Amino acid sequence: MSERRALVAGHASFAEGIVSAVTQISGRGEVFLPFSNRDLSAKDVEKQMRDLASAPNVTTIFTDLPAGSCTMAARRILRDRPDLVLVTGANLATLLEFVFGDERGAVDMARYAVERGREALATVEDAGRKGSGGATHGD
Amino acid sequence: MAIELYRIDDRLIHGQVVVGWGQPLSLEFIVLVDDEVAESEWEQELYRMGVPPEMGVYFDSVASAVERLERYQADERRGILLTADIPSMAQLCADTGAIKRINVGGIHHRPGRIQRLRYVFLSPQEEEALRALEGRGIEITAQDVPAARPLPLSDMLSAEGVR
Repeated sequence: MSERRALVAGHASFAEGIVSAVTQISGRGEVFLPFSNRDLSAKDVEKQMRDLASAPNVTTIFTDLPAGSCTMAARRILRDRPDLVLVTGANLATLLEFVFGDERGAVDMARYAVERGREALATVEDAGRKGSGGATHGD
Repeated sequence: MAIELYRIDDRLIHGQVVVGWGQPLSLEFIVLVDDEVAESEWEQELYRMGVPPEMGVYFDSVASAVERLERYQADERRGILLTADIPSMAQLCADTGAIKRINVGGIHHRPGRIQRLRYVFLSPQEEEALRALEGRGIEITAQDVPAARPLPLSDMLSAEGVR
């Protein structure tokens, strides 16, 4: 497994919660640096995220909502940190793929994790019918 | 009136605005009034990327918003007007006389400000500016999201810390 790490940023307890789920499933929660935008100004969100993103081996920033202040801050950070990749709308399946992914580069890894995360989104309309999307493994 | 909400929020366009208010109010456009953003195409593109494609976004300086406010208010669509700070909103109110209610949605920590609510920190000058606006007959309430109870200015200014 790679030593890459990522910042996970979002509203309220999103990051803490989803990272705790990663830990429960994989035991590898240390891969992620969780961050909450709770009660912070846009400038403070950016400053604190920038500090976290400068930790060793951070290649990627995951955020919860494309329109959220963490995503806005991440876009600003990427302006002078082109080595980082931003993934918005992150879900648990996406983060797990990031944890267990191979040694591919940051951009390719992010794209792969996004594909798997998208596949995990599914509707299950009744017990007798197949869902509209794929499924992901769970614990 | 096409502008449903006049909001002071130092995050400008973000989740609470686009989703939290945007969906229940069925907002179709955002007017972002900020002198700095109005000067920067990069900043405008950044904010535009955070908004669903079907939602219009207009960028104005305070001066250009004063000129265009009547047109925004006559728009058939439902919109929200945002400023990042109290002085910009106060200027807009003073120069147009066309704003009757202001929503304080998020003014966060900065040196010199006192915390009044979880999401509202104010300096003495900012408190005075809000009082002056209310003195001109403008209703000022604090409310971060639609599900929260709007707090009148007097309650906001008498609050001591987290609520």
